[in-house]
Amino acid sequence: MGAESVFQQEFMILGGDFNNAGKASSRIKEILKKIGVDSSVIRRVAIASYEAEMNVVVFARRGALKFSVTPKQIDILVEDEGQGIENIDLAMQEGYSTAPAEIREMGFGAGMGLPNIKKNADKFEISSTVGKGTKLEIAINT
Amino acid sequence: MEQYLHAIRIDQERCQGRMACMRKCVTEAIRVRGGKARIIAERCIDCGECITACPNNAIIPLTDSFTDFSKFKYSIAIPSPSLFAQFDKDVTPDKILAGLKEIGFDDAYDSSFACESVSLAIQEYLDNYHGPKPLISSSCPTIVRLIQVKYPELVDLVIPIELPREIAAREVKIEKSKELGLKREEIGAIYLTPCPAKILSIKQPAEKEKSQLDSAISIVDIYSPLLSAITSLKKEEESPKKSCGIGMDWATLGGVTRSLKAEDCLAVAGLSNAIKVLNDIENGSLKDIEFVECLSCSGGCIGGSLTVENVYVSRSKVIKLVELLGETPQQDRDKIRQLYRKNYFFMEAKLLPRTLKPLDRDISKAIEKMREKQTIYESLPKIDCGACGSPNCMAFAEDVVRGEVEIDNCIFKLQEKLKELTGDLLLEHNEKMRQV
Repeated sequence: MGAESVFQQEFMILGGDFNNAGKASSRIKEILKKIGVDSSVIRRVAIASYEAEMNVVVFARRGALKFSVTPKQIDILVEDEGQGIENIDLAMQEGYSTAPAEIREMGFGAGMGLPNIKKNADKFEISSTVGKGTKLEIAINT
Repeated sequence: MEQYLHAIRIDQERCQGRMACMRKCVTEAIRVRGGKARIIAERCIDCGECITACPNNAIIPLTDSFTDFSKFKYSIAIPSPSLFAQFDKDVTPDKILAGLKEIGFDDAYDSSFACESVSLAIQEYLDNYHGPKPLISSSCPTIVRLIQVKYPELVDLVIPIELPREIAAREVKIEKSKELGLKREEIGAIYLTPCPAKILSIKQPAEKEKSQLDSAISIVDIYSPLLSAITSLKKEEESPKKSCGIGMDWATLGGVTRSLKAEDCLAVAGLSNAIKVLNDIENGSLKDIEFVECLSCSGGCIGGSLTVENVYVSRSKVIKLVELLGETPQQDRDKIRQLYRKNYFFMEAKLLPRTLKPLDRDISKAIEKMREKQTIYESLPKIDCGACGSPNCMAFAEDVVRGEVEIDNCIFKLQEKLKELTGDLLLEHNEKMRQV
């Protein structure tokens, strides 16, 4: 025990599966509440993990969200298989989106996802290969 | 640790541990131990779902009895607007108020005007608000408690405007004490409630020390004496006073929303629907919505567990009443604005979260226990049968980690253990049987 205590869980996310979209981030919230993480931190994790999860549902074929929590920080690693992002700088701009019209009609793809994740994270890294997929690394201090 | 009162009680004799309540409880606040249901106080939000779910009528709302208000020199009934939807359409609000005086109250106060003024005050609040969105209505005490317990980070989104019944009680006491030369504490304000949650919000308000109301009687308890009093009223005894349409509409889902000018509003009823919407708010996906009217009972307050009439019938009555009374505000907006600036409408104290006890006070230990809980959960059948007395396998795993139950309480785990213990014996027995 001590500083090394860690809890990890992995969630699979299916592209286009709007029925289950948001379940991973809901579960993460539950876990953090039980662990007793401060509620303002939970709010930030909730927003970041939800946006990351939705990105997979909207843009990718499938993905995995790895979540871990230690007494110091919460890490979320999301790797997906999908179209990837052509221009990351553009994608990080608020309001920029490549989401198709039908997705926007559902209220998603407003171009706020990635900027929102960055805003709520203490550490944020993104890398992507067009035609292969995207990887997000998010860390939030507890 | 703070003690939470509850507006319900489980009758230990009637309870047969049939678990209907446990399965219905959205905050997983009920466990069945030793064949009897018990409530985990810090988790209960007084929604009253268990009252209706219990096949043995063992869960009893703690309403005040009809005689409790005899201790006051002057008693005033303040009915929830939902009371007016419990009778035939020719029974007007006036007659109902007159009937209340007939059965023993010194006066009966129509709170629909207070509801209207609170609607206007909410509008003021929305117009002057520039923080994170959406704002959430404070009118349903169950929802307010659900937010305190399960969504602590949303507490600041709850509009800090006082409830109409509190304002009504406060004002009527001021008025009557002047008029009758009585002290305020000699005047009893008794709320007629459609649900147990409002009883609790009177006995133990979510944010302040003491309610302006003194007690609460359920609509279902008062219905039959009131009905006979109304039927025996002399016809057209008084000239009909006008009631307030906007205020009446508070009894149904969407009533508050309809009274606002805001464009992007949601009206949500039913606990499971409310939870979905609160989850979305937590995820930040409803930021474009201005206002969410969130009520625990389906259909709104007319769907409360202490009402008499079928919720759909009540709803059509409210619609007719609102039509009859009109939907334009009867109070002057400027006057309300002046009162608003004088803090007339604001809650007396700040609403605070009621965060649940974590697995451990020490975060490292809590993380370890979370792992342990997950390991236990993975070993369970995950069929959520509830036979262990916990509402589902996940909650059971947690109860084990918290040291509240033994893992053998799971019948599947017990079976495994028995097999282990008796394995050889069983094999021998089977072998013998085969030989025979």
